Amino acid sequence: MKNKKHLLSFPYLFWSAGFILIPLCMIFFYGFTDKQLHFTFENVASVAEPENVKALLISILLALISTAICVLLAYPLALILSRSAIKNSGFMIFVFILPMWMNFLLRTLAWQTLLEKNGVINMILSFLHLPNLNIINTPYAIILGMVYNFLPFMILPIYNALVKIDPNVINAARDLGANGLQTFLYVIFPLSIPGLISGITMVSVPALTTFVISDMLGGGKILLIGNVIEQEFKQANNWHVGSGLSIVLMLFILLAMGLTAKYDKEGGSYF
Amino acid sequence: MMRKGLLFAVCALALSLCGCGAVSGSGEEVVVYNWGEYIDPDVLTAFEEETGIHVVYDEFETNEIMYPKVESGASAYDVICPSDYMIEKMIANDLLQEIHWENIPNVSNIDPQYMNESEQFDPGNKYSIPYCWGTVGILYNKTMVNGPIDSWSVLWDEQYKDSILMQDSVRDAFMVPLKWKGHSLNTMDEGELAEARDLLIEQKPLVQAYVVDQVRDKMIGNEAAIGVIYSGEAIYTQRENPDLEYVIPKEGSNVWIDSWVIPKNAPHVANAEKFIDYMCRADVALKNFEFITYSTPNKAARELIEDEDIKNSPIAFPDLSLYPNLETYLYLGDDGDALYNEYWKEVKSH
Repeated sequence: MKNKKHLLSFPYLFWSAGFILIPLCMIFFYGFTDKQLHFTFENVASVAEPENVKALLISILLALISTAICVLLAYPLALILSRSAIKNSGFMIFVFILPMWMNFLLRTLAWQTLLEKNGVINMILSFLHLPNLNIINTPYAIILGMVYNFLPFMILPIYNALVKIDPNVINAARDLGANGLQTFLYVIFPLSIPGLISGITMVSVPALTTFVISDMLGGGKILLIGNVIEQEFKQANNWHVGSGLSIVLMLFILLAMGLTAKYDKEGGSYF
Repeated sequence: MMRKGLLFAVCALALSLCGCGAVSGSGEEVVVYNWGEYIDPDVLTAFEEETGIHVVYDEFETNEIMYPKVESGASAYDVICPSDYMIEKMIANDLLQEIHWENIPNVSNIDPQYMNESEQFDPGNKYSIPYCWGTVGILYNKTMVNGPIDSWSVLWDEQYKDSILMQDSVRDAFMVPLKWKGHSLNTMDEGELAEARDLLIEQKPLVQAYVVDQVRDKMIGNEAAIGVIYSGEAIYTQRENPDLEYVIPKEGSNVWIDSWVIPKNAPHVANAEKFIDYMCRADVALKNFEFITYSTPNKAARELIEDEDIKNSPIAFPDLSLYPNLETYLYLGDDGDALYNEYWKEVKSH
């Protein structure tokens, strides 16, 4: 029996060894060596160069802003969906994740066409004699792209956490005299924190590391840390610095995940 | 460089030991690595039908993106089409093999002028055979600018804020301010490069976007008034949007040659030679030229062009003696590359 279980885990073990472990080892290998393959901390330390610090700070800022916007959009929506009398709230969720069936690059490319100076949105705006929207090739377009692409990753975990709340808990709160706001603040919200936290992780991590969105909607004018790493690999052909910076970025992600794991545990203790 | 390849080999071995090695086809094939939208797809189909050799076709956007893929040896190509300075770099790093000219009889169609030009980066014409050539210049929309344009300085003109498209590749981007200020586009002088960098930083607020292939579509769609572009795109864009005009600025510019080369690790050398020979055939080169509109160095093909306007077009086939300040990019060595890349990063992150 035990042996059979071992066999079942083999496909995933193979997968993680081949596509996670080995590449990760390669990143560490390149990240801590120079071109002569001597051990060095220089690649990792290069994050302190002014351009890289700037890119990292902008990345963190944009990731924070888009995560915050996602929370503001997703939480009320998930709350409505989870409490709605509509029997088909499953169908509503389906509608929200429907765009994810189309390739992420295509959708971002579509935004480029929509937002262009003579793009669809501006054509409609000028037809209605409204002022034009000029956000393409600015950080605002990047935030829009991040929110658009990552919003479903925020809605789903929050929704899942909310529908799992036992209605009896809420009824008990109301019975004991709590008003709507109090029920939300002291019962619903604390119980939804695990979902909120995993939503925040799932949005902020890809937002922090993206380079495609900033490339396509930022017009190549805004360098995020993801773009810097991409350029080190592709333009400068310097895999060592690219890997070194990736390691630094990985630290930030681990930090974020460590924080969320901590809250996740506390939040989860209600169950 | 050897070691990078070795590491890949080890990983590939680790994967294949687990029974997941890449499966290679049994049929004849040739693996081609070319610039994006740089060939008539019908030509590839015709080649397959005529020779029975299957073409595996892959594209790159800039020389800099192409190089590490070839250098690492992760993917073995048979035919690649890099530009002048990159060919020089590949020769210097021993990545190319000498071409057996006896297997490519159609090389006689190539105008000797371009074989001579090639000697700048490929002395003795050992490794490369010209595919396309051209200049870099300014494409502008006549209805969106005041009067004709003849100087790079227009790219720093405040009135065109947000209507300027710059090239998103390091050498082409630096070429513009270097030529404007009368320097060589192959300069290694840190003072001149720093000046160019500062000019690019100064220009950045005026630039709508840094792009490569998209300059064409954005100019056709009236998204921008002025764009830095390769001459080969000019005829096509003018056909789509008659308001567009191409000019080689008076301060001089870059004249480039993209050539076919065969990398050292090419698995199907004989097929690569057949492919190159096929591309040099006059009728094929003509068909291809009419599709991509990049200037062909193929003399026999040019003679076959029926449209006299195109055949004698000053854009497609300019008289280079009229433009004294044209230069070809040269490979600047690893230090030069590093310097340019560092300055380019400072521009991009500013």
